[in-house]
Amino acid sequence: MASLIRRTLLLRTFCRAKRFTCHSQYVHQESAGAERMSNSSKESNETHFGFQTVKESEKADKVYEVFEEVAQSYDKMNDAMSFGIHRLWKDIFVDRLAPSKPCKILDVAGGTGDIAFRIAKYLRNSDGGGITVCDINQAMLDVGRKRASELGFSGMEWLQGNAECLSSIADNTYDSYTIAFGIRNVTHIDKALKEAYRVLKPGGQFMCLEFSQVQNENLRWLYDQYSFQAIPVMGQLIAGQWKAYQYLVESIRQFPNQEEFAGMIERAGFAFVRHENLTFGVVAIHCGHKL
Amino acid sequence: MLKLINGRNWYAACVFRRRIVTSSEKLCLKAEASSEEDSTGADNPYFADFQKFHIEASPAQKLILSLGSAITTLLNPGRPDALGVFGETSGHSALQKMHEKMMMSSEGQLILTDKPRINSSTVDLNCLKKLPPNTLGRTYIKFLEENNVTPDSRTPVQFVDDIELAFVMQRYREIHDLVHTVLGMPTNMLGEVAVKWVEGIQTGLPMCVSGAIFGPLRLKPKQRQRYVNSYLPWALSTAANAEFILNIYFEKRWEQPMGELLKELKIEPFVES
Repeated sequence: MASLIRRTLLLRTFCRAKRFTCHSQYVHQESAGAERMSNSSKESNETHFGFQTVKESEKADKVYEVFEEVAQSYDKMNDAMSFGIHRLWKDIFVDRLAPSKPCKILDVAGGTGDIAFRIAKYLRNSDGGGITVCDINQAMLDVGRKRASELGFSGMEWLQGNAECLSSIADNTYDSYTIAFGIRNVTHIDKALKEAYRVLKPGGQFMCLEFSQVQNENLRWLYDQYSFQAIPVMGQLIAGQWKAYQYLVESIRQFPNQEEFAGMIERAGFAFVRHENLTFGVVAIHCGHKL
Repeated sequence: MLKLINGRNWYAACVFRRRIVTSSEKLCLKAEASSEEDSTGADNPYFADFQKFHIEASPAQKLILSLGSAITTLLNPGRPDALGVFGETSGHSALQKMHEKMMMSSEGQLILTDKPRINSSTVDLNCLKKLPPNTLGRTYIKFLEENNVTPDSRTPVQFVDDIELAFVMQRYREIHDLVHTVLGMPTNMLGEVAVKWVEGIQTGLPMCVSGAIFGPLRLKPKQRQRYVNSYLPWALSTAANAEFILNIYFEKRWEQPMGELLKELKIEPFVES
């Protein structure tokens, strides 16, 4: 009973009213051992790749190929597709993270370094020490490393690794784990969440920035039209890649919505799970803590 | 057997002034390219390629692609994919006319039936090196080596919805280096513009015509003089007099002497004045 009161009080502290939507299920938290995979076609070992169905074993390779193809023009395309708004989303994300020194931060699927550089600037850290950028795709990491050397962040660590299995990272290593626009590309999201839980220290914070579901139906229709009609065309014109960007917009539709994803985070063992919508739900920031 | 065929064709060339190309001639083609199955349906290897690379785009999307890729090509010539997209999205009626022209020639019909591809896995480049000098095959290899180009650099067609027209577009792309060879044009700006004039006038593709018109804007003054005095008049008369480039079944003519080939195609060799 006492622990329930303590948790409820902590919940009130963390839920700063209008910004966050708290999920009361956390009070009746299930044990970390009870997992439910929420990907489709579990028995047949198939999963989605955008709107296509592929074998689970193939998805990682196909996603790898997509990012290898788009790596060079990734940042340009992000600016074009979102009219530069992705910069604001990432600024708000790091603001919510509110890192403070000393800290060790792991930025997963952080390839070209957008989040890592913002964290370094927030910390007024001149060389990026304490920040590790991890990505499965070497091409994306190469772009990031190059940008880091241009910006003078020589202390950053660049690690090639799979979010589902961060085998080179020990348990309880990091104060914060961030993943921005990466988790929807992972084949087994639950595994990635469990790994996030494992590598975080007790008291550590999990933060995820990801495309989500637009709440308003009319806006959702407009957003869909823009996604499916305009974005592949822009991908072809700017990056010479239609199919890669077709995959990217389809993968957004396949990703669980705000509440479902929050449930998955809770099932991985995180507490005080909450989310915040940005731009009418086009993206959402999910946050959780390891107790 | 080869000599006998050559003998018969030499006679035919002398009497009829045109080499008879038959589907039974095979030279310097790799195994997968020499199949003689009926290739109008799903058996043809091009069908699988077409399915793999084809992208469904609405008319509105094609219009935007067409305008956008035209601007991209003008601003950034180092984007060959943009040029390809422009060609595919703006060339529908030109492709139809090209297809009709091919259907009116027996050699063109053979190409449309066989749907041959030109890349390093269908053409045996080592075999071409061993051909006698001054044959088409040997001259082509020499052209590839001197200009440091490869037959594998042609992007697949993505935005043409009809498979026959898509093949015509693909064929146009893949024979580009052979057109250079046959016209004797190098891959510098002057040579490229001359080839674009010939291709533009013969095919009617907006991409070629606009390349021929805007390309010379990049020429330096001395080059512009050579262009106006020699290259342009030659290119225009060649385009008007020569046989339609897409009706030439190059793969069946590797061992044909260049002089005989040029006479047959009514191409006057370029002489700079």
